[in-house]
Amino acid sequence: MSDNNKNTANETKDALPLMWEPVIGLEVHVQLSTRSKLFSGSSTTYGADPNTQACHIDLALPGVLPVLNAKAVSMAVQFGLSIEADISSYSVFARKNYFYPDLPKGYQISQYESPIVGRGALNLVLESGEQKSVRIIRAHLEEDAGKSLHEALDDLSGIDLNRAGIPLLEIVSEPDLASPNEAVIYLKTLHTLVCYLGICDGNLQEGSFRCDANVSVRKKGQKKLGARVEVKNLNSFRFVEKAIHYEIKRQIKILEKGGHINQETRLYDSDKQETRPMRSKEDAHDYRYFSDPDLRPVQLTHEYIDILRKTLPELPHKKNQRFQQDYGLSHYDACLLTSHCAVASYFENLVQQKVPAKLAANWIMGELSAALNKANLSIEQSPLSAQRLATLLQRVADKTISNNMAKDIFAALWATKKTVADIIQEQGLQQVTDHYTIIQIIDTVLAANPQQLAEYRSGKNKLYSFFVGQIMKASGGKLNPQQLNDLLKQKLDQPE
Amino acid sequence: MHNATLSELSVALKNKKISSKELTAHFLARIKKYDPDLNSFITVTAENAYRQADIADTHYKKGSAGPLTGIPIAHKDILCTNGIKTSCGSKMLDNFIAPYDASVVHALHQAGTVLLGKTNMDEFAMGSSNETSFYGPSKNPWDLTRVPGGSSGGSSAAVAARLVPAATGSDTGGSIRQPAAFCNLTGLKPTYGRLSRYGLIAFASSLDQAGPMTQTAEDAALLMNVMAGFDEKDSTSIHEPVPDYTHSLNDALQDLTIGLPKEYFSADLDPNIAAIIEAALKQYERLGARIKTVSLPSCHLAIPLYYIIASAECSSNLARYDGIRYGYRCANPVDLRDLYERTRAEGFGKEVKRRLIMGTYVLSAGYYDAYYVKAQKIRSLIIQEFEQAFQQVDVLLGPTTPSTAFKLGEKVNNPISMYLSDIYTVAINLACLPALSIPAGFIDGLPVGMQFIARPFTEAKLLNVAHRYQQVTDWHKKIPERFK
Repeated sequence: MSDNNKNTANETKDALPLMWEPVIGLEVHVQLSTRSKLFSGSSTTYGADPNTQACHIDLALPGVLPVLNAKAVSMAVQFGLSIEADISSYSVFARKNYFYPDLPKGYQISQYESPIVGRGALNLVLESGEQKSVRIIRAHLEEDAGKSLHEALDDLSGIDLNRAGIPLLEIVSEPDLASPNEAVIYLKTLHTLVCYLGICDGNLQEGSFRCDANVSVRKKGQKKLGARVEVKNLNSFRFVEKAIHYEIKRQIKILEKGGHINQETRLYDSDKQETRPMRSKEDAHDYRYFSDPDLRPVQLTHEYIDILRKTLPELPHKKNQRFQQDYGLSHYDACLLTSHCAVASYFENLVQQKVPAKLAANWIMGELSAALNKANLSIEQSPLSAQRLATLLQRVADKTISNNMAKDIFAALWATKKTVADIIQEQGLQQVTDHYTIIQIIDTVLAANPQQLAEYRSGKNKLYSFFVGQIMKASGGKLNPQQLNDLLKQKLDQPE
Repeated sequence: MHNATLSELSVALKNKKISSKELTAHFLARIKKYDPDLNSFITVTAENAYRQADIADTHYKKGSAGPLTGIPIAHKDILCTNGIKTSCGSKMLDNFIAPYDASVVHALHQAGTVLLGKTNMDEFAMGSSNETSFYGPSKNPWDLTRVPGGSSGGSSAAVAARLVPAATGSDTGGSIRQPAAFCNLTGLKPTYGRLSRYGLIAFASSLDQAGPMTQTAEDAALLMNVMAGFDEKDSTSIHEPVPDYTHSLNDALQDLTIGLPKEYFSADLDPNIAAIIEAALKQYERLGARIKTVSLPSCHLAIPLYYIIASAECSSNLARYDGIRYGYRCANPVDLRDLYERTRAEGFGKEVKRRLIMGTYVLSAGYYDAYYVKAQKIRSLIIQEFEQAFQQVDVLLGPTTPSTAFKLGEKVNNPISMYLSDIYTVAINLACLPALSIPAGFIDGLPVGMQFIARPFTEAKLLNVAHRYQQVTDWHKKIPERFK
């Protein structure tokens, strides 16, 4: 993912005038991770050479007909169930007619009057910790268009139809979002959800999760909605926030000068960080929707829906609650761990290998996540499996090694195929837990520093950490800190 | 040999009285001789035909031949044929070589038929006279100054003149039955969903259906045995068992009740045609059938309804002809808009454009409810009225056309009058029913057809009813003098 979780929230938080209230609704296109296209058998693999994944149906040759991909239907239903939406037992595909070179049939097969998923809601946890339910109007299946390529071809435009016909689930929210930040939280929550469901690979750069925002502003307390502007081309969480923020400020500025907002579609330019007009309401297409006579209505039985309901995976908010309850994790830790399905399963994998939950959580969010970021890898691509990391953390848990030692071993574990036991032995990192040995080291250090000892005993308590440091240094950091603490205190506080 | 039916040729091939190669050569020679007058073929695939005939003859030698092995046929140029130009009668697809076989074409190919060529048709099947073809009109073998009907006019002319024993057609509002009637053939429009539409170039998707155009009902049964069936490539084709259509051809008609829709026999009907149908009814009574009058009260709405629904669907179906990927492209487009506008302005003929404009209009914001939505409601009503009629009778009988074949040029500038030539046929497509037209007599030397309509998926019954009639009459055996 292109986004750094920490920065987005504050980056654009500068002053939106208080008397104005933004009203935001989002349309998200989720690319469903089916193996073949929505209406043809072509592969959906990303990044193939142009037009190598476009069959007769995708090319819209004369005489070809679409056949609906059943997997896409089940994925749409799974999504609907996950937001407790109405699932239509009868939904219809419609043709959206317009001419464009990357739209081979001259129409897009979509759903219009009868979408497969009806009203539902997505529950958000806002930054304040407050819960917010965002109403979802509908989610419908549709096919993607191809791509027009304008670069690298002198005087010509190229058309790549590999993407044409790839299944999309368009999820439309009510204008329930009140700030750019809420919009981003909504998107991240939705992103987490579809990844959990396994219906989307969640890859923003490859366009698997795309967003258009409908933005308007109104005076606080005003009931009527302001004129709405649709902002397109928002392909990262950061851009969503910036674009909406820019758009709100633009609209407020116009309204404060007594102007009025044109209902239009604007494009976000991420280089210039501004939105600019794309088309106005007047040149909006008349898409001439009508039900596609090549496809029968989709009829779903209760049994079918029930089976999908029963096989629904554990959803993020449930997992979050369970992590807090079962593992005693804080809300914060649970949120971080469950924000990504793969992270959550890595965590549970560690816990299953008898690693204490808090220790596992700290390591995933600390060392592991730092190492992954540095190597620019996702947790699925981690060279260090949960199984191997567990062998390290088990040693920390049973106090064979200290947390600090474990960090050194981690580096070796990450870079090599060696076992934890081998590394410990090789580097002589075994933690010293033997009383007698520890006491010997303490005695040696105290004996070597009589002046400091005298000062400490006369009340200079600060010197305590001096002794800890010296002792650790003398032992090569191998002493169990807790044990050292106990024994050192005894020695210092009970003069001979 | 060309006067033999497909069934007779099948027997002759089986008994080795003739080879497929000889048959192929004979019919190709007739095409060469007669088609300059008839213009019934857009493409003749002689080389390909000889190759297929050789394969067929090998099958006869090896004993692995089926009933259609080695039989020459022709396909309407609306069906995609792999490696062969598939023009749909349009300049737009004049350069289009289909890279695949339509499912119906594939099935007939697998059955061993020999493809002689692709037949002329109204452009994109929009027309009732073959005059909208980019390749010029085909002529009626019974009178070369008259139309062969449309849109499957090339197929009807070619079979009627015995340039090929049988051909495929397609029927969106009467395009198999009307030319069959005009040319003295048996033409069957199967139930919607009975045949795959995959590879049948779409005109109006909810109405289109391919079917056989033959000399006899028996020939149609043989072709239907191969053409019918579910196809996973067509979501609108229906899982319904395919009977052997030849088995029931000779069933007795004792228990048959024939319904006469009173609206089809109003004062407007040409009395000569009415007389011919009355004579046919007498025959059926002699065969044991009972006759009953029924009513289809909304059938007068069928023509306007049809032109709303068919035009709406075609306005979308034909959007793909944009000059981008295949087909005609205008010369030197200056920009995208110019490319679209001139490609489509130059690539489509007048009638196609008329319907595209009509279809775009009825789907437009502000008109959609008044036209398209209302039309769908009336369509349901028409379906119901047929269902009610079929509670009382087994089949319905009426004229296929309001007149015999009209003169070339007679209606081409009067679209309404042209549209009305389908007045008895379009409702059947709207109701998704099977119907067939068979020869019933002649007026002034021109053939007259009558149309039987039946319940969904009862094509076997229609063929049975037609076959029994053809056993006791010889209208279907009549061949135009100059093509004997």
